Amino acid sequence: MSVIARVWPVFVIVPALFWPLFAAAQDPSATPLTIGFLAQATHRQAPQPFLDPPPADEGLVGARLAIDDDNTTGRFAGQQFALAEEVVPEDGDVIGAMRKLLARQIRFIVTDLPEATLLAAADLPEAKVATVFNAGAADDDLRGEKCRANLLNTLPSRAMLADALVEYLLVKQWRNIFLVVGPGDGDRAYAAAVRRAVGKFHARLVADKPWTYQPGARRSDTGHYAIAAEVARFTQGVSYDVLVVADEEDAFGDYLSYATYDPRLVAGTQGLIAAAWARPHQEWGATQLQDRFLRLAKRWMTDRDYAGWLAVRAIGEAATRTQSLDPAVIAAYMRGDKFQLGGYKGQALSFRPWDGQMRQAILLYQPRALVSVSPQPGFLHQVSELDTLGIDRPETKCRVQ
Amino acid sequence: MPRSMISLIFAFLLIAAIVPTTHAETVLVSNEKGNSIAVLDGKTLTVQKTIRVGERPRGIVLSKDNKTLYICASDDNVIQQLDLDTLKLKQPLPSGADPESFALHPDGKHLYVSNEDNNVVSVVDIAARRVVAEIPVGVEPEGVGISPDGKWIVNTSETTSMAHFIDNETHKVVANVLVDARPRHAEWTADGKEVWVSSEIGGTVSVIDAASHQITHKIGFAVQGVSGDSVHPVGIAIGKDRKLAFIALGTANRVAVVDAATYEVKKYLLVGQRVWNLAFSPDETRLYTTNGVSNDISEIDVANLKVLRSVPVGEQPWGVVVRP
Repeated sequence: MSVIARVWPVFVIVPALFWPLFAAAQDPSATPLTIGFLAQATHRQAPQPFLDPPPADEGLVGARLAIDDDNTTGRFAGQQFALAEEVVPEDGDVIGAMRKLLARQIRFIVTDLPEATLLAAADLPEAKVATVFNAGAADDDLRGEKCRANLLNTLPSRAMLADALVEYLLVKQWRNIFLVVGPGDGDRAYAAAVRRAVGKFHARLVADKPWTYQPGARRSDTGHYAIAAEVARFTQGVSYDVLVVADEEDAFGDYLSYATYDPRLVAGTQGLIAAAWARPHQEWGATQLQDRFLRLAKRWMTDRDYAGWLAVRAIGEAATRTQSLDPAVIAAYMRGDKFQLGGYKGQALSFRPWDGQMRQAILLYQPRALVSVSPQPGFLHQVSELDTLGIDRPETKCRVQ
Repeated sequence: MPRSMISLIFAFLLIAAIVPTTHAETVLVSNEKGNSIAVLDGKTLTVQKTIRVGERPRGIVLSKDNKTLYICASDDNVIQQLDLDTLKLKQPLPSGADPESFALHPDGKHLYVSNEDNNVVSVVDIAARRVVAEIPVGVEPEGVGISPDGKWIVNTSETTSMAHFIDNETHKVVANVLVDARPRHAEWTADGKEVWVSSEIGGTVSVIDAASHQITHKIGFAVQGVSGDSVHPVGIAIGKDRKLAFIALGTANRVAVVDAATYEVKKYLLVGQRVWNLAFSPDETRLYTTNGVSNDISEIDVANLKVLRSVPVGEQPWGVVVRP
């Protein structure tokens, strides 16, 4: 019998543990717990709008679906939930909208905002008593130097995505990484996370080059000749296993596959993609969530939708467990070590106490198939293997939690 | 009688004494990915026949007369009926959307099917071949368990994390018991006094008193060398004599043996990968497990708590029943 097969008969009995029991009837006069949703419309440069037009309601529909799910559960627990939506136009007043929500005594506000606006909203004096959920910004410093006591992050950080990818590349023994970095701020931040992951897991960065070509040839007739020549030249003369691309705006990453000088794979923001949610994901009952979302939104669920769904479901789950609609009770339970949220990824999700980040498995997929799920087997951790992804307690720069 | 003849007879008697009671049984397994039902001889545990059925067969249940196998063909949105004498499919039954698992009423006339997609339990009249009632429950209904007297239905809902107690006369939910995250299977004890509910993500089994609807015990699992994140309880089998219960622990690749009177975990048995559902042989001397990732089933000797053998059955085995 192998070592692994040797088992340890342990039992845990909690006698007379009387758990909450709910009456079947629902009190129709109950006041709902209202959750705020705050977002700003952004104009995004979509490179291939005829393929995947960017949805205008990203994040919001995820939150709406979670309200439906919370209310289905709430039917049995005598609890109701509602969503107060504030989606301001591109030139609109986000802070004013935040003030409006707070003035209505709303204590949970889910946001889909860029970092600067998010921090300005969370730092309002009247937001101190609220819990703000970041469902739209992947910036690592929101979980680090710029973390806030009233901020929880349901979207994975870039560090989590990069760690998830590099763990997989190492399992495949594709150790030598050629990093190509786009011109955007997000691209540079993603590249920084990849470099950090390479160091953390002892992979090897054999090349690290910025992508400087101007996009634009793709619509001209025979434009693919120019693109193919650029990619071949760019990747020539380097010995590597995988081309890891940092291109959050989808400006060029999709043109790298099949165009490199040597036959090599592409991963990162394109090719094999690390993400919180993915269209081909069907495991652990994910089909049900995908189906419910498709019915409601008439489109596929994105990472930001999933992060919005997680935030609103986290509130609902804590309300069910505590049998309370008191925001203080819910917030305390959500941050505690008893909190467990099912997120269709095989393991319970919870918030890291040191930086308010929701720990979660990361999907590795290509557009039409799920390839793997990190953490990878063998990446061990003394507390939770999910904490091999992202910034762990000993290295955190967050000082307010 | 010649000496050799006598020793031959002795040898025969000896072998007869050693070899356990003969199994005239058939083990039936649904292969979720193989879209098939594997028919195994209970004695040799070899696949005699693999029958192609609908898309993504999961839950399977034997009819009261043991002549028909009801099959949840999840992606085809029907319940198929397999004639176990001819091994031919009969006319299917309606099921509601995306049937995953179900239970047969003790009267043998009605199936109670959980429809994951629209949050209801459908009641199917088998003879009339139609859905006669729909009972609204929580988000993603999963396991269905019917009390031995047929009066109570317990349905678990995965996202709501509750076990709903439904009065079968009125089809009304009378109690909702909050259990740990993602409840899967609901199993009644033979005396009808308790319902055991497994929580896949929570990693526990809640023992619910059927009369008071209170959780009286919570069984946890700690397997050496396996991270707590990998312990996912799903299938439950409780002996009729209430001596032992068995819990399939999913990706922990083990079956926990529990003293069904004291709720103490006595032992962990290593079976195949991602062990999902369990079924006793009719005399309860054997237990069969479906191992979804290693594509096999394991046979456990219940008296000696030993895994006897594992045999391949097809792609992603999910449900298992034993026909006497």
